[in-house]
Amino acid sequence: MENGSSSYDGPVLECRNLCISYFTRAGEIPAVIDFNMTLNQGESIGLVGESGCGKSTVAMAIMQYLGKNGAIVGGEVFYKGRDLTTFSPEELRQLRGNEIAMVYQEPMASLNPSMTLGRQLMEVPLCHEDISEQEAYDRAVKILADVKLPDPERIMKVYPHQISGGQQQRVVIAMALLSNPSLLLLDEPTTALDVTVEAGIVELIGEIAGKFNTSMVYISHNLGLILATCDRLNVMYSGVVVEHGSVDEVFDHMRHPYTKGLFGCIPLPGADKTAHPLVPIRGQLPLPHQRPPGCYFGPRCDFFEAGTCDQEGLGMTEVPNEPGHTVRCRRWQGIDWDSYQPEGVGAGEMEAGEVVLSIDNMKKYYEITDNSIAAMVKGNRVRHVKANESISFEARSCETVAIVGESGCGKSTFAKVLMGLETATEGKVMFNGKDISQEEVQSRTPEQIGSMQMVFQNPFDTLNPSHTVGSQLARVIRKFGVEADKDKIDARVMELLDLVKLPRDFAKRRPRQLSGGQKQRVGIARAFAGNPSTVVADEPVSALDVSVQAAVTGLLMDIQKTYRTTLIFISHDLSLVRYLADRVVVMYLGNIVEQGTTDEVFSPPYHPYTEALLSAVPIADTSIEKKRIILEGNLPSVTNPPSGCPFNTRCPRKIGAICETEVPPVYEPSPGHQIACHLAVEDFESMQPVIVQVDEPANPAAE
Amino acid sequence: MTDQAISAPRRESSLLRLVKGAALIRESWVGMVGLAIIVFWVLVALLADVLAPFPPNATGAAMTLPGGPAADGSSVHWLGTDHLGRDILSRIIHGSRQVLLYAPLATLCAYIVGIPMGLAAGYRRGLTDDVLSFIANVILSFPVLVLYIIIIATIGASGFNIVIAVTFASAPGIMRIVRGLVLDLRNREYVFAAETRGESAWRIMMIEILPNARGPLIVDSCLRLGYVIITIGTLGFLGLGLPPPDPDWGGMITETRSFITFMPHMVVFPCLAISSLVLGFNLLADGLREVSLRD
Repeated sequence: MENGSSSYDGPVLECRNLCISYFTRAGEIPAVIDFNMTLNQGESIGLVGESGCGKSTVAMAIMQYLGKNGAIVGGEVFYKGRDLTTFSPEELRQLRGNEIAMVYQEPMASLNPSMTLGRQLMEVPLCHEDISEQEAYDRAVKILADVKLPDPERIMKVYPHQISGGQQQRVVIAMALLSNPSLLLLDEPTTALDVTVEAGIVELIGEIAGKFNTSMVYISHNLGLILATCDRLNVMYSGVVVEHGSVDEVFDHMRHPYTKGLFGCIPLPGADKTAHPLVPIRGQLPLPHQRPPGCYFGPRCDFFEAGTCDQEGLGMTEVPNEPGHTVRCRRWQGIDWDSYQPEGVGAGEMEAGEVVLSIDNMKKYYEITDNSIAAMVKGNRVRHVKANESISFEARSCETVAIVGESGCGKSTFAKVLMGLETATEGKVMFNGKDISQEEVQSRTPEQIGSMQMVFQNPFDTLNPSHTVGSQLARVIRKFGVEADKDKIDARVMELLDLVKLPRDFAKRRPRQLSGGQKQRVGIARAFAGNPSTVVADEPVSALDVSVQAAVTGLLMDIQKTYRTTLIFISHDLSLVRYLADRVVVMYLGNIVEQGTTDEVFSPPYHPYTEALLSAVPIADTSIEKKRIILEGNLPSVTNPPSGCPFNTRCPRKIGAICETEVPPVYEPSPGHQIACHLAVEDFESMQPVIVQVDEPANPAAE
Repeated sequence: MTDQAISAPRRESSLLRLVKGAALIRESWVGMVGLAIIVFWVLVALLADVLAPFPPNATGAAMTLPGGPAADGSSVHWLGTDHLGRDILSRIIHGSRQVLLYAPLATLCAYIVGIPMGLAAGYRRGLTDDVLSFIANVILSFPVLVLYIIIIATIGASGFNIVIAVTFASAPGIMRIVRGLVLDLRNREYVFAAETRGESAWRIMMIEILPNARGPLIVDSCLRLGYVIITIGTLGFLGLGLPPPDPDWGGMITETRSFITFMPHMVVFPCLAISSLVLGFNLLADGLREVSLRD
């Protein structure tokens, strides 16, 4: 079946000094330089790096699918001992999908929306092997069961849009495994998914390697996921591998300053925020045609030494006593990590002031009218989407309140009500002593608008590409009546740019000349232009690379503390929230399931949903053990939410019929810490922490 | 005015951007050919008085073949004369003025009407969208020619009325394009940002949304210019174009089409003139699209 190649026992994949370039209008752009990798049967290797570091290009080169303007300009890729560039197009066609399979980031884009899943799955063996329809069908059903999809026979008959994102990604993985490939390439397979769904997929991927003896290349920007799935990893930076080694070696004894920096940027949900401060890497990723001579990380490295680090011809050196652990740095032996104490992003403790924002029993329902005849006959033409159900909490000045939840939990709707883009259906939103729940933004005064502003999620969308940065900031200043005089406005624009640590000449630039992190800084400047008392930040850093994430987060917190602003921080990232929030509100399906101070929420007793969320967060630390809770089922639809407790359909701690019939009471273990759950007090009291730091003699720093 | 404070630097650089953007067309071979054809016709129109060997309405020997001698014996009718003995080359040269005046004017008017309609429909949605889309659909459901005949027959044939007719028939199509673009752009976060700071709908539509829709609209306007040229030719052919005796490409075809079997040159050359100009605009549109998709 494997075309006689099963007798081959060398490495499945070998890249030797691989160099890949793209040819564009601006000339040749080297995307990957001097890439080496040896992948044995059944082994999985991770490729880690920030966007633009060449991870996906490597995968495309392995598939020989670089497109019209990409080419391998040096080195070789061997698949089972044979140079891939010598394959004919027909041989490549046989290879792809059969011997080498790939799973992409966006499951909806990988599946054909106009074909049933069964058809698409059967296509793979029918195309590559000479088998009957029935055989192909049976294989497809079996593989769907293997990727743990419930009711495979039903899945075979439906179209992609009829199943959830997590299920779609399982189908894509099933499709990749169908012809029993020797090599599986996974390109950010969980990035588009919610964290609780991601946990399930990651578990599945971990099992695959053992079960199918498939070799895997796992591409991700998330070190925590690599830890959970891979044996070895390559850390890439700007087209080169800077460090390579086994997962344990690299995670516990990293040698390259970039790897060190990358770990410093990642928030760890278990860690105490003072013991493990967030340390941003300064500067930004160089563009491929602006790479510095010598070490590409040089300009951002704290250990840069002129004359050593800027010399060309930098190769990988092996770490003694650790075979297979290589690092691309000339100075790694000379770095004294123990005395290296970088300045972390820390929120100095600040005394919270008076209540600025008080939300009392706020509800937001959307009406959807069904104009079908059936609905008219039944009389249920108007249905309600309960986006927010009785939201109550308070935010004080200088306080950061994090609203946490997965997509569809109503976080963004809540932000819209606050901003006046929607009005509340019921309840009160008291802001600076006035109820604004029924006031649309048009009927608010400029002071009211200016004192509540928003930082948006998508840096590529947050600024208008047609106008300069300066003119966009100036418009806000004028609109809120902060300044009216032209010179004063200009001066204020400069002040704002200084505030977000951007050079002043950025005022004349257009958004497309800025990087993602810089745009987000402008977005923050814009929100703070009207001297707001409250800023709503809707996932402000989730679209940024980790090294930039830490810097932008730090900046946001600094400004907040300076101006004693109330920050409503909307996020799905629990580990980040741990670092910057004073209080946390956990939402599920429009309901608040738990709220309290950060320490209260992150330690037991938990709401079962909070517990599952905490367990799902991938953690890039080998010394941490966590309880594994994988949520079953899908997020219920908001048009038809479950009765009783909204979480009852997926809750691992469900106690019985009461969860389905009665709205849970609020359990208050300590004043202010509220958990909406039916569990008995004893159950709450016997809960164990989800994330446990395993004591290691090597790491006595944690008291 | 404070408005100028922020618009002054923007205007300067957007002009620069336009020039830079226009320069990109050099990278498209197709676009350059299109541009060359258009520039050629523009020059012809501008220099018509110098280039045309005869006055456009002067009559001489009727139905002279191309290259035939003129009545004065010294000059030549390079493209022959028509059934009334008028020099075809001179009439084509002078006719280009009419086309290049009324086609861009009509297109511009159609955009001036269509863009606000599309902006309003796409941004407001709801009832505004329903009403405007309904009107657009009604107009678009008429066969265009019937529409033209009705309009021109009602208000009379003149250059100005052609502009009105073209505007009336093209604006709904433009409205639909703009509406589609706006439906996408209105969900951008910078539009939300503008809404959350209480900007007026007017400002959001004109300043936040419209500039970002310009790319596809520029390409569309080139294509549309080509269609309008055909339309003006068609109107001329139907006798609804510019009133005689001034030269009009469509009119030249219709006046001489009964002689097509034995004197084809009288019809062929005006046809070629129309096609080449339309081709020029279409190629330019292709080139613009190619260049804009490349980054």
